[in-house]
Amino acid sequence: MSFLSVRNLGKDYGSASVVKSMDLEIERGEFVSLLGPSGCGKTTTLQMIAGFTDPTRGQVILDGTDLTDMPPEKRDIGVVFQSYALFPHMTVRDNISFGLEMRKMAKGERQERIDQVLDMVCLNGMGERYPAQLSGGQRQRVAIARSLAIRPRLLLLDEPMSNLDAKLRENMHIELRRIQRKLGITTILVTHDQTEAMTMSDRIALMNDGCIQQLAPPLEVYHNPTTLFVSGFLGRANVFEGTIANSDAQGYQVSSNGLTFAVCLPENHPFRAGKANIMIRPENVGFAGSGTAGKLPGTLSEAVFLGTHWLCEVATPLGLWFVSIKTLTAQPGETVALDWQDSDLRIIAEQQ
Amino acid sequence: MRKEPYALLAPALLLFCGMLIIPMLLVAVLSFYAFNGTTGIIPDFSLGNYITIFSDPYYGEIFLRTAGMALLVTAICLVLGIPETLILARMRAPWRGIFLVMVLGPLLISVVVRTLGWSILMGRQGLINDTLLLLGLIDSPIRLTFTFTGMVIGLVHVMVPFMIISIWATLRKLDPTVEYAGRSLGGSPLTVFRRIIFPQLMPGILSGSIIVFALSASAFATPAILGGRRLKVVATAAYDEFLNSLNWPLGAAIVILLLIANIIIIMGLNRYTERKYRMIFSAGANE
Amino acid sequence: MKRNRTLSLLFHAAFMLFLLAPLLIVIVVSFTDKGFISYPSDGLSLRWYQAVLDEPRIMQSFWLSLKLASFASTIAVCLAVPAALALTRFRFPGRDTMSAFLMSPLMIPNVVLGVSFLRFFNIAGLSGSVFWLTMTHVIFIFPYSLRLVLASATGMDREVEMAARSLGAGKRHVYGRIILPLILPGLTGGWLLSFIQSFDELTMTVFVATPGTTTLPVWMYNHIAQTIDPLITSVSAILIIATVIMMIIMDRLVGLDKVLIGKG
Repeated sequence: MSFLSVRNLGKDYGSASVVKSMDLEIERGEFVSLLGPSGCGKTTTLQMIAGFTDPTRGQVILDGTDLTDMPPEKRDIGVVFQSYALFPHMTVRDNISFGLEMRKMAKGERQERIDQVLDMVCLNGMGERYPAQLSGGQRQRVAIARSLAIRPRLLLLDEPMSNLDAKLRENMHIELRRIQRKLGITTILVTHDQTEAMTMSDRIALMNDGCIQQLAPPLEVYHNPTTLFVSGFLGRANVFEGTIANSDAQGYQVSSNGLTFAVCLPENHPFRAGKANIMIRPENVGFAGSGTAGKLPGTLSEAVFLGTHWLCEVATPLGLWFVSIKTLTAQPGETVALDWQDSDLRIIAEQQ
Repeated sequence: MRKEPYALLAPALLLFCGMLIIPMLLVAVLSFYAFNGTTGIIPDFSLGNYITIFSDPYYGEIFLRTAGMALLVTAICLVLGIPETLILARMRAPWRGIFLVMVLGPLLISVVVRTLGWSILMGRQGLINDTLLLLGLIDSPIRLTFTFTGMVIGLVHVMVPFMIISIWATLRKLDPTVEYAGRSLGGSPLTVFRRIIFPQLMPGILSGSIIVFALSASAFATPAILGGRRLKVVATAAYDEFLNSLNWPLGAAIVILLLIANIIIIMGLNRYTERKYRMIFSAGANE
Repeated sequence: MKRNRTLSLLFHAAFMLFLLAPLLIVIVVSFTDKGFISYPSDGLSLRWYQAVLDEPRIMQSFWLSLKLASFASTIAVCLAVPAALALTRFRFPGRDTMSAFLMSPLMIPNVVLGVSFLRFFNIAGLSGSVFWLTMTHVIFIFPYSLRLVLASATGMDREVEMAARSLGAGKRHVYGRIILPLILPGLTGGWLLSFIQSFDELTMTVFVATPGTTTLPVWMYNHIAQTIDPLITSVSAILIIATVIMMIIMDRLVGLDKVLIGKG
């Protein structure tokens, strides 16, 4: 059985369903991200797991125990809040000590644990400071230290890095993942930042409108999105609608607007002829070299240099496509031919 | 450019110098004069009035009564004000807004009107006595007007909104997720209140106490109407000296002592509160 | 946050009753038909409201209070606006001291102010002057005006002013069309609060009032000192209703909690 089981979890406010029906199975030691736009219900889900909000329906089972009627202070779940929520009237050490005091730990042991945890987040020597005297990044590390000190069975992170600047955030991603792996704590991260989710997670749950649209490892979610929403949320995608037909024993074809291409079916999905959404990622599309006809003609309308690559907008019969290339071989206004590997053109399998 | 702020402040400053500093200096000087029933004020510099106040038990009793009353009023305002503020904080709109207006509203109504209401309620045939008789808690009407108890009740009514304002102002600045953090770390609701929320309210509680104490100690209307001639407090004693006995120098000395006590209490406790809680509220550390 | 439990709501109800009881009883008693403090048990009567109109000294002191409060508030606000602008827009030596000095009347008991003005008037021969009485009120209400105008002025975005300058507005236009309109809420709130404080003031005024310059609260206090009769309750009831109306206006305009507590 999984370590954390969320079954049919839902929350309604009046007639509005913020979380519809959430099912989640998380293994011990896993790092799962709940990723989605604002208002998709991810924070509410976190609050229900932590016990701050009562669910309208469903259950939360942690390590075999049903948490549904348990008050938050008995759940042994560590929470790091977006605003860090440090106790402003206590020093850093006292903040960390609080959870240990609730667990009736002896003073000597407490001091040891506090030292240990401060060392883990690289805040040695800051123990006697008050939160108001710390920088944003330091406060965040205290918040993390405070939740880790109690060695919780589950760690919940509610967008804890959204208040940090980009460089600091990147460093924290790596730091936090390192600590999590070392301690082996099962972790759920709530975020709207796809890079964050991709960098840190074992699996990503993409949420929209109160439900999970896809739950899979980052690579899988990126290359084999199962819904239109998922394909658009994680990075850019060129999407068009086409009709699928079985071409021969080896593969499938999709036709759209008079053009036909070979297309890849996602694993474990049965073939269904008819209309479907087709996707290909911009970095998998390139300009056909001279001499090759390419698959799709178009006109280059814009090219923007983003430092690591060029992002090009190409007007094609299938709509406006994004192409991501390292060197620009055409000028805006010119006619180009787009080419790609057959295996990169994917069918988005919508959830039933 | 450098002159502009001074020019803008000049009118107000001039007014204050003329109408605040000078009159108060005059009173300070007056407090050192002597008084004779027949000849009136004698501009004879001495500490006579102050000595009288400190040695005569009549004045000692008055100051003690005033201080005791102010302390009692402050304590009761804390007992009533803290829970009420917390209850208000947990209300949802629109109730919270409505009740906040109802709690703060009385501040805008003249203290004479409010005290008059209590005077009527506390009468022999007043509502309080009627209710207590009805409930069987007393056998015959009790005297509340012109008693210490009556004064205290009236003053609590006047002062408790100030206490609520002060605590509310602090409560509004608290981060609500901090309470959740305490719960997630294992603290029961009671523990979280005791160790997390209440300590953060202390600055508001302290400053509210200072305001209530200072205002109660200098109160005039309520002690005059509900306390009467026999239960004098500092303000009514001063009124007596000035408008009845006409012993202005003595009255001035009383008032100067009240002023000094006020300043010491307010500034002293404000400094203490600021110093003690500086670390919590020092804004923008190393962002 | 958790909801309030029944016990809390009971406490709250009892507390609200405590706060409102004296006000309600005053209004109820004002409708009595009898000649002494009593409930209108034999039916409501407006005789004591008629008595208010019939008693010339009530109307006199009412008008005096009204005039006094209006002038004092206006003067206070006119002085507070430049002072607030000076304190928020410039950094200069002595700024904190001057700010504390201008707020100092809050720390001075009204009794002390009353006695000071009494002595001052006595020596300077200014007793009985409505103008000088007004000035005493200006002093004690000034901090209230200043505090509210300051709140508006500090909240003002300086970049708005810079935008106006870049678009060609000279000092007159910047003050008249940008700054003043933006501090108008604080100004209005300040005026209203000062008005109410001045109108209601008793402790200080009772020392400097003379038979010719008696404000309504002073008249009421003197009346109560002699006898408590329903006349005083009808006057009070009128004041309560008027204040409630002003409160609602203030709440709509600025927000009552902002006026009395300040911005969070």
